[in-house]
Amino acid sequence: MTAEKFLVHKFDNGFSLVAQPMPWLASAAFAFALPAGCRYDRSDRIGTASFASEMVQRGCGKLDSRQFIDQLQLLGVDYNSSISNYHSWFGGAMKATELHDTLSIYRDVARDPHLPASQFEDGRMVCLQEIMAMEDDLSRKALREVRLRHYGDPDGRSPDGSVESISSLDISHIEDFVKTCYQPDGSILAVAGKIDFDALKDHVADLFADWKTGEPPIAEESTPSHGSHHLPFDSEQTHIALACPGVSYTHQDFYTHRAAIGVLSDGLSSRLFHEVREKRGLCYSVFATCHSVGKRGAVIAYSGTSSGRAQETLDVLVSELRRLKDGITSEELDRLKVQFRSSLIMQQESSRSRAGSIASDWYHLGRIRDVGEINQIINNLTVEGINEFLVDRYPNNFDMVTLGPKPLELNDAISTAQA
Amino acid sequence: MQYRQHKLDNGLEILAECNPQAHFSAYGFFVRTGARDETANIGGVSHFLEHMVFKGTPNRSAEEVNRRLDEMGSSSNARTGEESTIYHAAALPEFQDDMVELLADLMRPSLRENDFETEKKVIIEEILMYADQPPYGGYERIMEEFFSGHPLQQSVLGTVDTVSSLTPDAMKAYFDRQYSPGNMAFAAAGKVDFDRLVETLETSCGSWQPFDVQRSTPDTTGHSGFHIIHKENSAQQYILQLAKGPAAKDERRFASRVATAILGDDAGSRMYWEFLDSGRAESAGVGTYEYDNSGAIMTYLCCSPDSAKDNLQRLHELQTKIRDGVSERELEMAKSKIASQIVLGSEATESRMFSIGSQWLTGLPYRTPEQIARHYESVTLQQVNEILREYPLTQNTTLVVGPEKNLAPPA
Repeated sequence: MTAEKFLVHKFDNGFSLVAQPMPWLASAAFAFALPAGCRYDRSDRIGTASFASEMVQRGCGKLDSRQFIDQLQLLGVDYNSSISNYHSWFGGAMKATELHDTLSIYRDVARDPHLPASQFEDGRMVCLQEIMAMEDDLSRKALREVRLRHYGDPDGRSPDGSVESISSLDISHIEDFVKTCYQPDGSILAVAGKIDFDALKDHVADLFADWKTGEPPIAEESTPSHGSHHLPFDSEQTHIALACPGVSYTHQDFYTHRAAIGVLSDGLSSRLFHEVREKRGLCYSVFATCHSVGKRGAVIAYSGTSSGRAQETLDVLVSELRRLKDGITSEELDRLKVQFRSSLIMQQESSRSRAGSIASDWYHLGRIRDVGEINQIINNLTVEGINEFLVDRYPNNFDMVTLGPKPLELNDAISTAQA
Repeated sequence: MQYRQHKLDNGLEILAECNPQAHFSAYGFFVRTGARDETANIGGVSHFLEHMVFKGTPNRSAEEVNRRLDEMGSSSNARTGEESTIYHAAALPEFQDDMVELLADLMRPSLRENDFETEKKVIIEEILMYADQPPYGGYERIMEEFFSGHPLQQSVLGTVDTVSSLTPDAMKAYFDRQYSPGNMAFAAAGKVDFDRLVETLETSCGSWQPFDVQRSTPDTTGHSGFHIIHKENSAQQYILQLAKGPAAKDERRFASRVATAILGDDAGSRMYWEFLDSGRAESAGVGTYEYDNSGAIMTYLCCSPDSAKDNLQRLHELQTKIRDGVSERELEMAKSKIASQIVLGSEATESRMFSIGSQWLTGLPYRTPEQIARHYESVTLQQVNEILREYPLTQNTTLVVGPEKNLAPPA
């Protein structure tokens, strides 16, 4: 690994190409973000972005649906797609020799999808299957609900939609969505791996430079619904999801905040792992994490445990979140700094993770942070700075979603499970 | 990149891919022991022991172990399977000596009673957590049915009952029977100083006394049958099947993996077109399970309960039809995808460490990613078609889990 180099080219139509050459690799990977996230779904048609993403991959350019998949197979592309609040994402990793041909295919996904009416019902079935499978993923369901309540809709929206909303869509809704949201202004193509940037830039110019931009899509305002909410479910387990305000990745205090949550949840010596699992044996899974949607940030915490021990688990979780305002110690920060530094270096290894990371930086910051800059930020973190930040940070009231046989209460003290 | 290998006098194997260009290293102890090496009355002991290993040694408390792992910024974890228990960590090269010494120390745990009782609660929570997730204990059940009467029927997690009744003494007895240095290997990849690695392991593990470890590896009959677990409040129906397949050392495993990719890869395979593209199922696929002198092919499918009957029939038809043979084009597509996966895997330090450790576990000689790629490249259409005929997927144990209870084997 040599010194990092980032190359950027912004086309006149607002399309950005960002790249990180990693000449020691044999692979290349791309992350392609279009400004077509689920926040742009109309509130009575949630799921449109997901459905559109499914449909644009059913034939484009000269390829019909079958040829599209076959071609990606022949190129050996390990591909994927997903929807975030702001973007529709398409990505892939492959042998570097196949990169240009692969990007040519994704040019057509974005610019020339067939949206075949004959496959519309199959596409709808795929979206419905996804929604039904979610119903069985109870931890995800609780987390999804707490994000929605904490941020409000559409900031906290999940992309899947509902059986009703997906069933109500027709092909014209998908066509309208693609026409409005699949556009160059705000699109980011991030590429990392064994690449020749000049050749890549020329190729991407051929594919995207003449793409005409339209009006930017508009999302509705979000209205949160704070407080506690219980989703009854007949099970021996209770899933607990908590949310409270944090700062987003774009915020200058992001790493200060991230470090505080790291003390709480990163590693085997973290406070949550120690207090909830190691000391009390209350559950197998417990964590807290920093979450960002655009310029908004939150702390999301989760634990799943058997219902008889759920109240105690919640009490310990809340008490540890609240205890943060009393500050962290220098030993905790020292350990965390090594963890941050190590994971930063480990993340540099794969072309896929680099492509995702530079796309995210470009979107959030309008530039790319290199390892040196992040290391500098980490080195500059101090116990005093973090503690000062934490003093007024943690509220007494969390937004909470519980899923299980009975609701739980947000207490001031830790209760013990009844034998 | 250079491959190095050394064996301590007590039998502990040390294997490493040393890459001076790498910026970190991955290390792991690979122990050739798992659920199949348990008796029914101590079901789950291998996995419970894996947890207890992090609970301290005569030299360190559990808290010290956790703190030390974090101080080295490591990403560490462990996993237990039917045939292996793996303890691994990745860290910056500057921590090599300390990390290797710590991992080695962990391999001689104290198994203290207090820690044992607290961790037992965590394990029971883990069992309950998985029981509440799709396919709701279906994996354990189908292994039990398919391998009935064979050591591989033993569940990795065990049950709430078997784990509740485990004692520290029973765990110690299991440890004393399985954790011989000759039954373990230390694998490393990345920026590894191999000479120092050997030195550290010689100091830390050289005094471990070797003893004989036995494993029973009878042939598998591979039972057939059709079973239903009725789960009223599950939204989806889950279909699992196990059929016979090549064992871990069988040279035909490459052809078998190509065949399963053609049938059941998550993109572009026959099952993809039948079930996923059409939205008939939420997920569907096939994977190979290769064990010591036994092998199986797992097919899975998740769909809405009302389409389960139809999907079972369609699956049966696909499995029947593929025995007529696959095409050159299908072979080419599967090979392209596998070749690309090998390239991507070869660039990941942790994946290299797992690869060399896993090769040792199966008793196979070390092979580079390039050599493995050549094995796949040389797979012929004839070999794929032969393997599909030899291991018919229609002869299987099927387990269906979900709200729909009126299901029967396809005609």
